[in-house]
Amino acid sequence: MNLPAYNKSALVVWKKNLKSFWLIYSQNIMGLLGLGILTFFALMAIFGPYLVSITTLTIDGVTQVMHPPTSNYWLGTDDLGKDVFAGVIIGSRVSLLVGLAATAISMTIGTSIGIISGFYGKFTDTLLMRFTDVFLVIPWLPLMLVMAALLGPSLGNIIFVIGITSWAGTARIIRSQTLSIKERPYVERARAIGSGDGHIMIYHILPNVFPLIFANTVLVAAIAILSETTLSFLGMGDPTQVTWGMMLHFAFSMGAVSFGAWWWLLPPGICVVLVVLSFTFIGYALDEVLNPKLRRRDQ
Amino acid sequence: MGPVNYPGNNNELIKISGLEVHFAARTGFISSLISKNSSLVRAVDGVDFNLRRGEILCLAGESGSGKTTTGKAILRLVEPTGGEVIFDGENVLQFNRSRLRKFRQDAQIIFQDPYESLNPRQTVFSTVAEPLEVNHLCSSMEEKEERVAEALKDAGLSNPGEIFIRYPHELSGGQRQRLAIASALVLKPDFIVADEPVSMLDLSIRAGILKLMVDLRDKKGICYLFITHDLSLAWLVSDRIAIMYLGKIVELGTADAVIKSPLHPYTRALVSVIPVPKKISLAGRTLLKGETPDPVNIPPGCRFHPRCPEAAERCRDEEPLYREVSPNHFGACHFI
Repeated sequence: MNLPAYNKSALVVWKKNLKSFWLIYSQNIMGLLGLGILTFFALMAIFGPYLVSITTLTIDGVTQVMHPPTSNYWLGTDDLGKDVFAGVIIGSRVSLLVGLAATAISMTIGTSIGIISGFYGKFTDTLLMRFTDVFLVIPWLPLMLVMAALLGPSLGNIIFVIGITSWAGTARIIRSQTLSIKERPYVERARAIGSGDGHIMIYHILPNVFPLIFANTVLVAAIAILSETTLSFLGMGDPTQVTWGMMLHFAFSMGAVSFGAWWWLLPPGICVVLVVLSFTFIGYALDEVLNPKLRRRDQ
Repeated sequence: MGPVNYPGNNNELIKISGLEVHFAARTGFISSLISKNSSLVRAVDGVDFNLRRGEILCLAGESGSGKTTTGKAILRLVEPTGGEVIFDGENVLQFNRSRLRKFRQDAQIIFQDPYESLNPRQTVFSTVAEPLEVNHLCSSMEEKEERVAEALKDAGLSNPGEIFIRYPHELSGGQRQRLAIASALVLKPDFIVADEPVSMLDLSIRAGILKLMVDLRDKKGICYLFITHDLSLAWLVSDRIAIMYLGKIVELGTADAVIKSPLHPYTRALVSVIPVPKKISLAGRTLLKGETPDPVNIPPGCRFHPRCPEAAERCRDEEPLYREVSPNHFGACHFI
């Protein structure tokens, strides 16, 4: 018998899925807009720092301090004469990196707790959900500030703090979906063929809550990037790194507002808003694609 | 192998005695304060029967009679609260985790709804390969592919290689049920619980699936517990029929005996309403009044008496004995 090698066919399946996904996603204008903006910033974060010279971030003489935009400095300079345009581009890398890494931590914790809690139920569920409730009701900003202050201002700590404080909502959502999926007959069938709990959670529950995880990730990423900006703005960020939040922090504390240096305040602020908006757009679009009940008939 | 020589066949595979599945009924907080006694749902309430190798035994009854729960309790997909299930000389109810997993290779189940019992995110290949992977039965990829292809072919899916990377939603209802059968067959079980395997399928494809199951019995000697609410279907495929009512078996005998000379009034009522492709009046038929009672409040005496057309005073107080009325034909009624 001539059978296709299964390893080869897995790739075919993957391609097929991706194609049908794109077919629906590409009809969503909001999603395309979000994806466009995000791609722009992602390219900026990857290639931008190679394009602007690092020297533009160094102090450039007294005459160039707090200078409005010129042909030399497209977005003007700050109080030390550093180029704001270069700062915005270089800052995109760390801002996105922190956001994505924190999201990864948050989603891993949230998904594991949600699935385990929903799958085992009873005592495990009660314990984990009360634990989740604690994280859900604690005001996250003071908690983040306290933790960031305790751990000290470094990039790793910022990522850790954001990740550890933003998983509770995800855990709740994943748990509720797990409760529904574990009652499906295919889970009972999995048990009937001799699968253990771990196998069922990884191969049957996880793939079926994955759309939810996917859509949720994007929304958590938006929050994580916003959190990074907030923490940095409030002075809990790593002062040796250029991020949008740090730029806003220095602009604010050095009196950019009273000086009227709009070119220093607006660009990093607008960048944060655009990135968060793009993630939110993608999140809503994914929700519509992955949840067929929300999909309109004419699409 | 032809049809099982009944009653000469004494090659017993499974013996079930006194099987019980009781659930604690979910009551509200207030009502649990008012009434002290916690109510029990007696879904399966003392069931005895045996299954022989290569036999098809039909478990028939109305919805809510506990037939599906019985099937799942034998496989311990639902934990029984009492009784014994002796499989090939060993008590299944005493199996520990690892022994239970080994038992799953011998005893499989086919579910009612092929649209729900297959993981929508698993391809045909991984659905059928999964039982092999979970039980570490294949050492190489080639062996796995071979066994999957063989199982799909046995289940009547031609060109197995071509549908390896299909998803369940790309298959028809009949193909899906064949896929479900293949994923049970791949473990080479001795015993399969078939829980209404054709009730969700179109009439036109039912015959094909039934024929496949009977053929597999003839070729591989698989023993089936065939759960159905459709007596005409039971008559068609089974060697013996057991009639269940409210968690108990009220009659058990060879398919012909149960259908042609039913003992129990309940069986008689069920047999009388088997549809025949001919216009006849309802006059000759016994139409049962009402619904199956709530298994929380099982009537005292004979549990069928509130709906029985032949109920007498005695039936209200005294539970009839389940006994062998004629050779190999069991029944539980005072008047048989």
